[in-house]
Amino acid sequence: MTAEIHKKPGLETLRAAISRLEGHSDRRRTVLPFGVREIDARLPGGGLALGALHEVAGGGNDALHSAAAGQFCAGIAARTRGKVLWIVTRQDVFAPSLKQVGLSARRTIFVEAGSDVDVLACFEEGLRHGGLGAVVAEVARLSMTASRRLQLAAETSGSLGLAIRRWRRQTDAADFGQPTASVTRWRVSVLPSVPLPAPGVGRPRWLLELIRARAGECADFEVEACDGKGRLSLPATMADRPDQEAAGQRRASA
Amino acid sequence: MLSVDLAARKLELRPGTPVAKAQALYPDLVLMDADPEGDRLGLEKLALWFQHRIAPIVAVDASDGLVLDTTGADHLHGGELPMLKDMVHRMAGAGFRAKAVVADTWGAAHAIARYGRAPIAVVSSGGTASALTDLPVEALRLPSPIIEGLATLGISRIGPLAAMPRAPLALRFGPDVARRLDQAFGRIGEVIVPVRPVDPVEVSRNFAEPIGAAETIAKYIGKLVPLLCQGLDERGQGVRRLDLLLHRVDSRTEAIRVATAMPVRDVKRLTRLLCEKIETIDPGFGIERMVLIAPLAEPMDRRQTMSSLIAEEEADVSDLIDTLANRVGTQALYRFAPVESDLPERSFCRVPALAPEETKDWPEHWPRPTRLLARPEPVQAMAELPDQPPLFFIWRGVRRKVKCADGPERVFGEWWKNDAELTIARDYFRVEDTSGERFWLYRAGDGEHGETGSQGWFLHGIFG
Repeated sequence: MTAEIHKKPGLETLRAAISRLEGHSDRRRTVLPFGVREIDARLPGGGLALGALHEVAGGGNDALHSAAAGQFCAGIAARTRGKVLWIVTRQDVFAPSLKQVGLSARRTIFVEAGSDVDVLACFEEGLRHGGLGAVVAEVARLSMTASRRLQLAAETSGSLGLAIRRWRRQTDAADFGQPTASVTRWRVSVLPSVPLPAPGVGRPRWLLELIRARAGECADFEVEACDGKGRLSLPATMADRPDQEAAGQRRASA
Repeated sequence: MLSVDLAARKLELRPGTPVAKAQALYPDLVLMDADPEGDRLGLEKLALWFQHRIAPIVAVDASDGLVLDTTGADHLHGGELPMLKDMVHRMAGAGFRAKAVVADTWGAAHAIARYGRAPIAVVSSGGTASALTDLPVEALRLPSPIIEGLATLGISRIGPLAAMPRAPLALRFGPDVARRLDQAFGRIGEVIVPVRPVDPVEVSRNFAEPIGAAETIAKYIGKLVPLLCQGLDERGQGVRRLDLLLHRVDSRTEAIRVATAMPVRDVKRLTRLLCEKIETIDPGFGIERMVLIAPLAEPMDRRQTMSSLIAEEEADVSDLIDTLANRVGTQALYRFAPVESDLPERSFCRVPALAPEETKDWPEHWPRPTRLLARPEPVQAMAELPDQPPLFFIWRGVRRKVKCADGPERVFGEWWKNDAELTIARDYFRVEDTSGERFWLYRAGDGEHGETGSQGWFLHGIFG
């Protein structure tokens, strides 16, 4: 897709004009790629935009526990540099699990805020600072105003903001449909793990839904959960074919 | 006798008992001369220590206590009750049995701390009057002739005294009774003159016209902080605690305290920390004097920045830590550090955010859940004994059929910590239900021996 754009200079100038109109033409568009071509291709810039706010919620029961959503965010945070600020209202993160997606406990500073208001205030403070690798916050309600403030704070400092939307009741989860100023919005739902030839639980799988992406399109991915370095991967059945194709083309052109 | 210790109290000796009588009752009684001057000096030292640790405004109260204005400082200690507990605990550590009370007024706190029952109490604002009613009139800080006079009239409690008409009381005992009552009930103010730390770095500014607007206060904070930093620079120190005292025209003092995790001498950063607290100030009719004082300063070394040849230097986040700590409290800001224990709930501890990095790490043999429930929740489950994973389990009213599972991972009780844990065992299983959700279950017991646990099933964590 990106290759096509490069071929059309008209489209590229139009894009530049739009981004100038949006008022952040001088922003350096840096991204944190997932390292999975299928996902990165769907994201504008080829990865998760740094200096932006991203929302992640769990699907189904995970909207309450945010176990998969939390792991997903920890995997992203693990691939950044510098300290990570993790803001919660009630603490139930099990630190050894962060380690297992590559986010060291030495890097992660937890803030236990008393209320949602405090969470948002600390979130903004963390984003504004600019010296952190990523700021993760578990919030229930995120209004348009609040998210715009966060987005602006992230834009000015270039920090990566990850809002884990986590609700107390399943009925509140409908709040995820409300518009916010975040750049991307993800939903992570657990899928049955990769079947193993022997009894046991295989590598976990997630259904990763990109529900909203500014200047991009929605997409669904079936991925294998974060590995020891926080990287996602596509299940082998899907990943193999394009690789083979590319290899074939290389062979043909050589 | 002025004061007695716990052992003497058990022998029914009370302050006020004549020495001769006490000696007649207990010939081997140990007597020591009172040393009021020594006590006063000791209390003053303690007051300074409290000023370092707890709040900017601390004064010696009568002969046996301290009074603190904790407004705007309690959040640094996790709230009023944890702060009191911490204070009493620290005093106990030093060998003193202390009582601590937070109340609306100095008078009320004085009375309830000395004559109330609980060693630690937080009197809610509005509950002052009812808390004082049943206390004896001695609690009002009145001179003893007045107390005796009131006793002659048959008044021993504060409640009836407060209900009496004022004029006859004033005629008989002078204005003191009414003043002390009003001070206790918060009808008139009372100024706490704080102790002064020894040789602190201090800058102040007087205003010809009282100031009150937030912007003006911010402006003068911006003028005072550079002066303070200059003073600190001369001594090679950085502040750990910084107090801004605002003397109001009605002779009350408002205070802001900020704490930092490491010694700081940065003008911008200190100004910012102070300015964030401006909204907590009540300027009243205006502020005529501002004092910026550093009660706790520590030597600050100039550090050489690392050469970028080896590694990119990590951004310094200590200023962010300070900002957040002054908002949510130091306890609410932490990192997790590993503890050598097989029990999941004991395998981590909280360390301060800027604590030196530990070298140990958690073992990585087994997958660990993202979320660990605060306490394991009992589930109904059916499993083959002795060591098979459950076939199904019911958690929060939902029946889940187990599709596949890993385990058991057996964890034994820590008998070296607690005798009761000698025989305890837990078998952990990682299970996945038919919809793909993954949980961490354990059976309390090894499935064979009754003494190892109740053999009931519990859900302890949720995997992502």
